[in-house]
Amino acid sequence: MQFMLLFSRQGKLRLQKWYVPLSDKEKKKITRELVQTVLARKPKMCSFLEWRDLKIVYKRYASLYFCCAIEDQDNELITLEIIHRYVELLDKYFGSVCELDIIFNFEKAYFILDEFLLGGEVQETSKKNVLKAIEQADLLQEKTEYVSQQEVLWV
Amino acid sequence: MPAPIRLRELIRTIRTARTQAEEREMIQKECAAIRSSFREEDNTYRCRNVAKLLYMHMLGYPAHFGQLECLKLIASQKFTDKRIGYLGAMLLLDERQDVHLLMTNCIKNDLNHSTQYVQGLALCTLGCMGSSEMCRDLAGEVEKLLKTSNSYLRKKAALCAVHVIRKVPELMEMFLPATKNLLNEKNHGVLHTSVVLLTEMCERSPDMLAHFRKLVPQLVRILKNLIMSGYSPEHDVSGISDPFLQVRILRLLRILGRNDDDSSEAMNDILAQVATNTETSKNVGNAILYETVLTIMDIKSESGLRVLAINILGRFLLNNDKNIRYVALTSLLKTVQTDHNAVQRHRSTIVDCLKDLDVSIKRRAMELSFALVNGNNIRGMMKELLYFLDSCEPEFKADCASGIFLAAEKYAPSKRWHIDTIMRVLTTAGSYVRDDAVPNLIQLITNSVEMHAYTVQRLYKAILGDYSQQPLVQVAAWCIGEYGDLLVSGQCEEEEPIQVCLVTLG
Repeated sequence: MQFMLLFSRQGKLRLQKWYVPLSDKEKKKITRELVQTVLARKPKMCSFLEWRDLKIVYKRYASLYFCCAIEDQDNELITLEIIHRYVELLDKYFGSVCELDIIFNFEKAYFILDEFLLGGEVQETSKKNVLKAIEQADLLQEKTEYVSQQEVLWV
Repeated sequence: MPAPIRLRELIRTIRTARTQAEEREMIQKECAAIRSSFREEDNTYRCRNVAKLLYMHMLGYPAHFGQLECLKLIASQKFTDKRIGYLGAMLLLDERQDVHLLMTNCIKNDLNHSTQYVQGLALCTLGCMGSSEMCRDLAGEVEKLLKTSNSYLRKKAALCAVHVIRKVPELMEMFLPATKNLLNEKNHGVLHTSVVLLTEMCERSPDMLAHFRKLVPQLVRILKNLIMSGYSPEHDVSGISDPFLQVRILRLLRILGRNDDDSSEAMNDILAQVATNTETSKNVGNAILYETVLTIMDIKSESGLRVLAINILGRFLLNNDKNIRYVALTSLLKTVQTDHNAVQRHRSTIVDCLKDLDVSIKRRAMELSFALVNGNNIRGMMKELLYFLDSCEPEFKADCASGIFLAAEKYAPSKRWHIDTIMRVLTTAGSYVRDDAVPNLIQLITNSVEMHAYTVQRLYKAILGDYSQQPLVQVAAWCIGEYGDLLVSGQCEEEEPIQVCLVTLG
């Protein structure tokens, strides 16, 4: 996977994970063009499209589009499952996730993604293990905050 | 000095902005506050401020002044700081800037941290955005972690190694010893990432590929266990056990079996098993079947297995799910040259896909249709393709017209049929025909001496009705110029003699 974008139906970016090195300017250009292309798709069209030299896999969950750019040798159908697994993880973590959860807790959405994928590949295929790791990391965060003897200063 | 506003408070505030200008004003105000906080070297609130900066960055505002702050967070001892610091580094830094190299030492320390979650952050960051220089410096640490018994770290180290190899292919050798027992793991995360690592190594080096061929039996065994094992709640997706791992194993088998008879034979049975036993009611099962088909087609499989694969694709073509139809057409396109006869059996289904609503499916169906045209089916196929040309979106017309001309040239059953077909294209999609079509057409007509009268008459009739399509008019004008005498003298046996009037073409 080269990158994953999450955006709303109005084209507002909610998460961007890049696994290839690109300048901020290039990322913005790609994001803008791709968002436009995906939003222009009709509901009856398939989840795959060719864009530049990449394969794009996208799926809409409620008000959010999940959009991945994969390489030629990657399996489009399993990418749909990867997207679905990420949504399930978010759902389990936030308890019936909605777009607002991702907006207000974007850093957590990233943390969860980073326990599921690494360098664009799946690192853990067990839902339970991903959630356990996040839970433990969250606990560690709370513990160290407490230890620093100040009011919980988290962001 | 009051504490800086909290992240979620800021998000809430920014979202109340009713105009872009109002939002920009809020952002600028907050950025100024954050900047002065950074200048004061405030350790306490640095984390909060960087987090806010990351939010504003996502909205599209510049955040480069936070880059060094991310580095300070990474260097902090607090886990909270590191978490946000590494996230910030991944979002704000990139390898084109020298600043990113300052991370190297921190990452090195964190790779050796006593807490696995800190080690995890370092591995993740390195594996996502590590530059070649960083990878060179830290490859040794990654290699060490690849040999650890801690599966949480081992799986991350494997993918980190993949990234290192992608950035600095010469370092691949150093990871070879650590791959020795990777597949003996029971942990699925480690297994999956190990298979990814092995795949990367085999794809890049023929020597590695030869070396890892001996793993085929073990891979076959692991795949077999996944299919035969009972319900495993931890890895189950709609009744299938760890589809992600199954797909990656199938992909590795493909690479190992390619051009190798022994390996291909060793995986023949398991491929047949997966192909026949996988549940097809949901996308996940079809994802596995898809990968299986790709593998069967790429290795030296028995003909029976190949036919099985093509038939799976044929069934995919009839699936209600358009995604499945799409991948079927893509795969058939790849195999149409090598397994032409098998694909021909599904020709009518493929032609039906020309009427699909999805543009991508239509395009593939068109390409595949052209690939399937031959001397036996030319008449029937051309009917469908001409109908398609008539009704398809403008973006297809040029390619379709070119394809029809090519097919007609190769397989035309008669000269008259050929000319009729060309006429049809010129009249239905004349303005989309490529420039080189006109001289080619003229050449064709010139060479069909016995058809001159017929041709010029048909062309004349065509432009009588409509002379808006340039290529048609060009060919017609030339023809009338060359064979006008035939037109006027009514020498065509096949058509009724016509009254020719002089028409001034405006």
